[in-house]
Amino acid sequence: MKILVPVKRVVDFNVKVRVKPDGSGIDLQNVKMAMNPFDEIAVEEALRQKEAGKASEVVLVSVGPAGTAETIRTGLAMGADRGIWVKTDAVPEPLAVAKVLKAIVALEQPGLAILGKQAIDDDANQTGQMLSALLGWSQGTFASKLVIEGDKALVTREVDGGHETIRLRMPAIVTTDLRLNEPRYASLPNIMKAKKKPIDEKTPADLGVDVSPRLKVLKTAEPGARRGGVKVASVGELVGRLKEAGVI
Amino acid sequence: MSAILLLADHDNRTLKDGTARALTAALALGGDLHILVAGKDCGPAAAQAARLAGVSEVLVADSDDYAHHLAEPLAALLVALSGPYETIVAPATALGKNVMPRVAALLDVMQVSDIIKVVSPDTFERPIYAGNAIQTVQATDVKKIVTVRPAAFKATPAGSAVAPIEPVPSSPSSNLSTFVGAELARSERPELTAARIVISGGRAFQSAENFRKYLEPIADKLGAAIGASRAAVDAGYAPNDFQVGQTGKVVAPDLYIACGISGAIQHLAGMKDAKVIVAINKDPEAPIFQVADFGLVGDLFQILPELAKAL
Ligand SMILES: Cc1cc2nc3c(=O)[nH]c(=O)nc-3n(C[C@H](O)[C@H](O)[C@H](O)COP(=O)(O)OP(=O)(O)OC[C@H]3O[C@@H](n4cnc5c(N)ncnc54)[C@H](O)[C@@H]3O)c2cc1C
Ligand SMILES: Nc1ncnc2c1ncn2[C@@H]1O[C@H](COP(=O)(O)O)[C@@H](O)[C@H]1O
Repeated sequence: MKILVPVKRVVDFNVKVRVKPDGSGIDLQNVKMAMNPFDEIAVEEALRQKEAGKASEVVLVSVGPAGTAETIRTGLAMGADRGIWVKTDAVPEPLAVAKVLKAIVALEQPGLAILGKQAIDDDANQTGQMLSALLGWSQGTFASKLVIEGDKALVTREVDGGHETIRLRMPAIVTTDLRLNEPRYASLPNIMKAKKKPIDEKTPADLGVDVSPRLKVLKTAEPGARRGGVKVASVGELVGRLKEAGVI
Repeated sequence: MSAILLLADHDNRTLKDGTARALTAALALGGDLHILVAGKDCGPAAAQAARLAGVSEVLVADSDDYAHHLAEPLAALLVALSGPYETIVAPATALGKNVMPRVAALLDVMQVSDIIKVVSPDTFERPIYAGNAIQTVQATDVKKIVTVRPAAFKATPAGSAVAPIEPVPSSPSSNLSTFVGAELARSERPELTAARIVISGGRAFQSAENFRKYLEPIADKLGAAIGASRAAVDAGYAPNDFQVGQTGKVVAPDLYIACGISGAIQHLAGMKDAKVIVAINKDPEAPIFQVADFGLVGDLFQILPELAKAL
């Protein structure tokens, strides 16, 4: 069985982004980019399944502009077998990404696709569910545990109030939550090896997918700033202040 | 007049607080508002939905297929019912996040996730980059699929009228996935996203025992919900669903007390809209103090027992 892992190139999670003064978007000039952290967890999970003999090949796919191949290379250095870069001018919306991924699934025929639950730039939390719908597959979102048993996948999900476990008929879509695993670091030999692994290039047109946006972004603004208040000297003073503020 | 369908989040007996909050956003769209309650033996939840102000009809799909809110049958049901509705709304809870993008894709619509403001019936504000920017987006699809950040809206209370309750047939089931089991914490405390006061702990607690020992007495006295940073959850001090932040729960209580939490942007994303923020941290330079109304520098193992006594 092949596992497909869609990975997104995003602004590194340590960077505090700045809104462009004219409100036209986020300033991405000279900003450090990285693989979406949830996608690192997805790559790690796919590799563990392969190491456990549940999968034969781990294929990465990323949709995006120049620089995207670098993110695929990061996943190849972790141990994935090969990559597919679907080249676009800008990063498409989740619905369009899901349509591109559906076309890739038709070509690659994986038995499982593992995605991140959420990209930390758009915070959309949509693509996996959308891909699952377009394929008519089962979905196990926000996974904190994945066990593959024959043609079924047992997924423990993080839900409000605790956990639940569901059984998916494969082929299936799984999206990762933070507690699924801790991604490995790429070793130096693997980074060298990754340089030789193939990355296939395609375009949405090759795949017959229209990636034009459906949402019009009218404005991007800074959130209302919150000012720091005062330091209090003691617990007594704190309690007094909170009573004054009417919150306790 | 346009019609709006709101997907209720509930446990069959009662509505989750996020439902009445999403209702507030849905009512701001202007239109005839219907609520769908899908579940198993969900009559009590449906009766509660019928009493919410502004609701003109409650649709009830009562079937084994919806007992556990699996995404595939619920999405199929919503698609089957979608015809007359211009907008379909759900709270951005674990349920809404799981189901709605599936509905959107089946209808070939791009979803607007996690809105914090309704600007007009097709235009919304939503946070991106962990709330470090707010986007105003206009949806151009004929139908609109929207999830609502519960913390950003007040709950619509019950009104004086009772809306009619209409049963709807269930859609053919797919058996793509099956429910195996759940481990849900039973707690006497308020729901994290609905609580008026939240007290949260971070990595500083060093153990699950400490986490409980130092936070629970204060939570008990204040009637507060308990939250945690990702570091505290990862370390096993607190359960997963306590996590507050960009990728956990977003809360906006009257009072948020952050204890031994440094204030990473991912954590701030989940609590910076609290009315009053208190930070207790031994490091005077901790970033959490930049958003705190009241900061107390010191060792939480001394401060928290004192606080419990003072309340
Ligand atoms: C993809 C992604 C998603 C994330 N999502 C979230 C999220 O949703 N929520 C979240 O919280 N984080 C999230 N994080 C993690 C975030 O970046 C931080 O690592 C995390 O919030 C740190 O938790 P902390 O403040 O408890 O720990 P630390 O940063 O280690 O801070 C501990 C604090 O405790 C103080 N302290 C220590 N001992 C004492 C004492 N005895 N008395 C008083 N103070 C003391 C220290 O001064 C320090 O400030 C995410 C990260 C990534 C990459
Ligand atoms: N441009 C993209 N290329 C590849 N995978 C993507 C892309 N956008 C989103 N994904 C996948 O979908 C997940 C959820 O993204 P989102 O729906 O944007 O929050 C990510 O964690 C990735 O696994």
